[in-house]
Amino acid sequence: MNILVCISHVPDTTSKINFTDNDTLFDTNGVQFVINPNDEFGLTRAIWFQEQQGANVTVVNVGGPETEPTLRKALAIGANEAIRVNANPTDGFFVAKQLAEVIKNGNYDLVIAGKESLDYNGGMVPGMIAGLLGFNFINSCVALTIEGNSVTASREIDGGKEIVNSQLPLIIGGQKGLVEEKDLRIPNMRGIMTARTKVLTIIEPVGGESKTATVKFEKPAPKSAVKLVSADNLDELISLLHNEAKVI
Amino acid sequence: MSILIYAESAEGKFKKVAFELASYAKNVAETLGTSVTAITINTNDVSELSDYGVDKVLKVNNPKLAGFTAKAYADAIKQAAQKENSQVIILSSTTDSLYLAPLVSISLEAGFASNVVGLPQKLSPFQVKRNGFSNKAFVTTEITTPIKVLSISKNSYGIFENKSSLAEEDFNPSIEETDFGVKVVSVEKASGKVTIADADIVVSAGRGLKGPENWGMIEELATVLGAATACSKPVSDLGWRPHGEHVGQTGKPVAANLYIAIGVSGAIQHIAGINSSKVKVVINTDPEAPFFKVADYGVVGDAFEIVPKLIEKLKSFKANN
Repeated sequence: MNILVCISHVPDTTSKINFTDNDTLFDTNGVQFVINPNDEFGLTRAIWFQEQQGANVTVVNVGGPETEPTLRKALAIGANEAIRVNANPTDGFFVAKQLAEVIKNGNYDLVIAGKESLDYNGGMVPGMIAGLLGFNFINSCVALTIEGNSVTASREIDGGKEIVNSQLPLIIGGQKGLVEEKDLRIPNMRGIMTARTKVLTIIEPVGGESKTATVKFEKPAPKSAVKLVSADNLDELISLLHNEAKVI
Repeated sequence: MSILIYAESAEGKFKKVAFELASYAKNVAETLGTSVTAITINTNDVSELSDYGVDKVLKVNNPKLAGFTAKAYADAIKQAAQKENSQVIILSSTTDSLYLAPLVSISLEAGFASNVVGLPQKLSPFQVKRNGFSNKAFVTTEITTPIKVLSISKNSYGIFENKSSLAEEDFNPSIEETDFGVKVVSVEKASGKVTIADADIVVSAGRGLKGPENWGMIEELATVLGAATACSKPVSDLGWRPHGEHVGQTGKPVAANLYIAIGVSGAIQHIAGINSSKVKVVINTDPEAPFFKVADYGVVGDAFEIVPKLIEKLKSFKANN
């Protein structure tokens, strides 16, 4: 089984978010970048398929040379090889288009992407790839097992989950649940050393089209200070929620 | 040219988000000088849409669509958009709608903006404001294609009554066998409980509760408020509460009108997941807990004393209001 894991290179959650160039560019100054958490759950599940079922795992990212440490980290965790599509990811459609091209040329049975990235929170790339390629598609996937070509998976729904069956080739939008937090791996020294010699192929993008453009960024207005209510005066809290906030 | 919304239902009845979409679409339609068409799938009574400004409804009734199937539903919505020659298609942010939205956008060669908050800032060029960076920033996005697909962040616009005369029409999109490549085998869903996704109020508790045996008062508070219950990540990791209740960056997102956090310190990953809630109340013994920095109202004190008192006071408040 050939698995492709799509990796997004995103600012760590604890990063301070700032913008430059008149609020039109994300300021990467001092920002720590990581594998997008939803992608990392998928990558870890892919490594499980590699170890238990002999799958071959390729990771791919659409981005400039600055994203290579993130791909190397995925290799250190255990992916067999990596691909970087050498382009600035201008929007979700552009990224999906590039990834669909990689998939068409690569003979993959299973494509795993995070259901959403932490930076733009678009939540559209896995679905768009499915739309472009006509693959079976399971979003918000929280469990995945494969035997031969048969797939059994769970999908999170509002208020519960759904068990579904499908067939390879398949693309999933993954999240926590594919593996648990405790299953995530920190690369060890041996992993880091072997990652240096694993193949990282750089390919050039196809067609430059985007369907959306980022015009500007804006930070929310600073929040007014919390109104503290005494624990002995909960009637005041209820009155504030009723009369001021109007939420009860 | 009509604006198309997908008015979602569950078990034949509209979800509240359907009315928020209708209200939003009506406003955009009035600015553009056009009308609002809704597509419904296996919804019994569609007349309520006329309270929120919908002009026409395309009713799909097809037993093949009894269970949610993203590709088939996306196909039906695409055909409705083509029939109405819609340039703007508006969807919600439910799990199901976020599943099908990218499929709709690809099939219509449309640009797609998700997590949209507020009305379009401009219509030509078409610009919307979205939540991004886990609610730490807004992104103004321009959709450059002739057809536009939006998904609206829950509770970001609100529901506004606007009476209209509703034309009902049966609609039979052609659904292909290939739309059913993913088949639902079974559904596990707690019945009779308010879900985090649907709730206007969410009551959430953290490690400050000391153990799973203390959740009785959290559930009671939720019942009094008609709220859903939620928990922090450590609580779900410890197995005190089911995974489905975990809210935060790697758990479920919350966009409620009122979010009450009890004994939750407010780690940045937790805040990232709940920050689009409108009003946040924190109850915590530690006045330095980071959650107080993002909260609207706070009570410093022991949850074991405050919550039972709050329940009693809310009960008498509810009885009198």
